[in-house]
Amino acid sequence: MAFDAPEDLDEFRTSVRDWLEENCPPSMRTPLKDDEIVWGGTREKFKNPESKLWLERMGEQGWTAPEWPAKYGGGGLNKAQARILQQELRKIRARPALFSFGLWMFGPALLEFGNEEQKKRYIPDIVKGKTRWCQGYSEPGAGSDLAGLQTKCEDKGDHWLINGQKVWTSYADQADWIFCLVRTDKTVKHEGISFLVFDMETEGVEARPIKLISGSSPFCETFFTDVKVPKDQLVGELNAGWTIAKRLLQFERSSISAGGFGGTGGSGILPPQEYAKQHVGVDESGRVADGDLRARITEHLMYSKAFGLTVQRSTEEAKAGQEVGHTASIMKYAAAKMNQDKCELLVEALGTDGLGWDGDGFADDAKKATRGWLRSKGNSIEGGTSEINLNVVAKRVLGLREHQ
Amino acid sequence: MSFVLSEDQQMLRDTAMAFARDEMPVTHLRELRDGGANGVDAEMRGKLAELGFFGVLVPEEHDGVGLGMVAMGQIMEAQGRTIAATPLLQTAVIGASVLILGGSEAQKAEWLPKIASGEVTVAVAVDEGTHHAPLNVATEAERNGQGYTLNGAKRFVADGHHADIFIVAARTFGEAGQAHGISLFLVPNDADGLSVQALNTVDSHGAAHLTLEDVAVSEDHVVGAVDAGWEVLEPALDRGRIALAAEALGSAQAAFDMTLEYMQTRKQFGQLIGSFQSLQHRAAKMFTELELTRSCVAAALSGVDENRNDVAELASLAKARASDLIHLVSNETVQFHGGIGMTDAHDSGLYMKRARVQEALLGGASYHRDRYAKLNGF
Ligand SMILES: Cc1cc2nc3c(=O)[nH]c(=O)nc-3n(C[C@H](O)[C@H](O)[C@H](O)COP(=O)(O)OP(=O)(O)OC[C@H]3O[C@@H](n4cnc5c(N)ncnc54)[C@H](O)[C@@H]3O)c2cc1C
Repeated sequence: MAFDAPEDLDEFRTSVRDWLEENCPPSMRTPLKDDEIVWGGTREKFKNPESKLWLERMGEQGWTAPEWPAKYGGGGLNKAQARILQQELRKIRARPALFSFGLWMFGPALLEFGNEEQKKRYIPDIVKGKTRWCQGYSEPGAGSDLAGLQTKCEDKGDHWLINGQKVWTSYADQADWIFCLVRTDKTVKHEGISFLVFDMETEGVEARPIKLISGSSPFCETFFTDVKVPKDQLVGELNAGWTIAKRLLQFERSSISAGGFGGTGGSGILPPQEYAKQHVGVDESGRVADGDLRARITEHLMYSKAFGLTVQRSTEEAKAGQEVGHTASIMKYAAAKMNQDKCELLVEALGTDGLGWDGDGFADDAKKATRGWLRSKGNSIEGGTSEINLNVVAKRVLGLREHQ
Repeated sequence: MSFVLSEDQQMLRDTAMAFARDEMPVTHLRELRDGGANGVDAEMRGKLAELGFFGVLVPEEHDGVGLGMVAMGQIMEAQGRTIAATPLLQTAVIGASVLILGGSEAQKAEWLPKIASGEVTVAVAVDEGTHHAPLNVATEAERNGQGYTLNGAKRFVADGHHADIFIVAARTFGEAGQAHGISLFLVPNDADGLSVQALNTVDSHGAAHLTLEDVAVSEDHVVGAVDAGWEVLEPALDRGRIALAAEALGSAQAAFDMTLEYMQTRKQFGQLIGSFQSLQHRAAKMFTELELTRSCVAAALSGVDENRNDVAELASLAKARASDLIHLVSNETVQFHGGIGMTDAHDSGLYMKRARVQEALLGGASYHRDRYAKLNGF
């Protein structure tokens, strides 16, 4: 099954196509069901056995992380090849083999800031979906003001000793490892933070799930009591963790705006105009009978189209070597707005059918839309709130200053 | 779809930006206004012609430069930055497009070189009510021997007050609301029975109401097939809408830049007003809208050059979003400037006045949302 990527792009495309034909199981070419999402890690249950096969095969190729270096288990592809792979995957409507904070956030940061030994140790398992990671950033007193975090980390000679609490740690109870921000110097704010990784099985780590308004409980309060962490699990320099933290947030924000949102509706949910046609009805010329709803749906569709075109534009501008920081920084804010507007419109278009919670009497897709609507409220909070993102745009992009 | 300019397009953009800045700054519009010129400037028209701007869409065989819509969009954006009054939208974009898309060989040979050289200006006269509704043409064209007799009225024809030639949409069949039965006629401004009432408009660009009373036109003045003028008119209007969206984008960008600069210089409470978060967030949102609209305009411009089959959709997307954008930005520009923004001496009012005209011409946001929804089948 080993894959030797041909230099020639046409040949490459052909061989990708052949490989996918042979290796992508039939059920992995159907719309992804919410309960068949694969997050990997040692607790993964693989509800559909073919999703396990698909992950193993993609992981073996390094194609869960196509552009990462082959020596760490990545695909080792260049940009052009990676694009072809994406196109071919899309063509057969292949499901993503793996959802992973390791792939989206921690891996890219580690490749930049980790030492050789750390990369060799952590990256291959991320690529193969063997370890599942969670993000220990937020604390009860440090959310938007993340650099105010207090979780204490002391140097005990042969190990680090950690005491404190994290909150909103997504999937902490499912994760194998955590990447975590800790305070190593109390006397300075940003320059007293370090970036540490450790096993969630370590003694003294406890994760308690918190329930969301959408009914699911994807995140936890996470407590650390005298947790001992080996010295070599510090990433980057001591007290220089803030730079890594910020870079990782960039990866997080762009992965969120590239479509990693919860509450997008998932499979089986129709676009809002279709629900509006079904539930509100149409006039004699085929228009949605409620003119105001129709106008707002159209406005949303136009916004989505504008968003999609902007993603395309910044990709092209980046290829042409132009500065694209401008557009990248507005995308998290815009993506959150777009997804939330869509979810609101879905529920409104469904009418009372969009007001169900569970049980019979409501269609599955309608219930999904309702839960998705509730979940989408987190879009403007997770990964930095919309307000914080607007602050960033105002200061970094528009050059506006702080109060003096 | 292409979002990155070619070298030719970039060069034209630079030329157009420099020209707008140096030759047609906002002060120039003020001078025209205060001198009662009603947006008409023969000397400037000559300079625009020298630069080849009128011939950007005209193919080389008819003495144009045939650079296409992306190139034209750069010029429109530049003129939008300084809210300059020029006949480019009506003449170089819509008028030229009507002739390119529907003109006979003889018509093209006669008119396109004159358009490209700036010798004649054109105004396309479609709307008869106060809102853009190109299907609602009621002006009658009655067959009369070898020609036609036109009767009707056209409202708020942009550039109508100084156009040499009108392209008049009139009905040869059917009734208002139907596409079939609309035909297009070339009517010179000195035709018997045509009266042109110049309008003083809020943006100081001027426009005109037209009245047609038994205006006689010959058969060879029909552009496109009789009854099937819509097939020419609609795509030509779409090019106009896209170009106008590019213009509005330029205006919005300029008004935004001006506002941002003020935020970084004006102090109150011992602070730069730009350091107040309520203003910062509104500025960041405007910036987001600007960037999203820029993508739509770029996509629509290149969509025309690539002959895509979704140009109508892209045109409505670009025009609706640009209309909303310029509305928002022009209002905020006045508000962010406080009292000074309300004075005639400051430019923010001029941007707001032009904004409302940019919005209304060729269909506002509501018109284009409705069209977009229809094109998407709901
Ligand atoms: C679904 C979801 C998943 C998450 N997953 C994780 C995770 O895996 N790991 C993790 O570490 N964290 C996670 N978070 C936490 C998230 O990053 C924080 O909730 C977020 O940064 C906001 O912090 P906070 O909740 O403390 O709100 P606060 O910071 O208390 O903010 C409260 C309100 O005040 C506003 N505000 C605060 N400061 C300013 C300011 N300077 N200017 C203007 N407005 C301001 C905020 O925008 C917000 O509206 C997740 C959150 C959600 C909703």
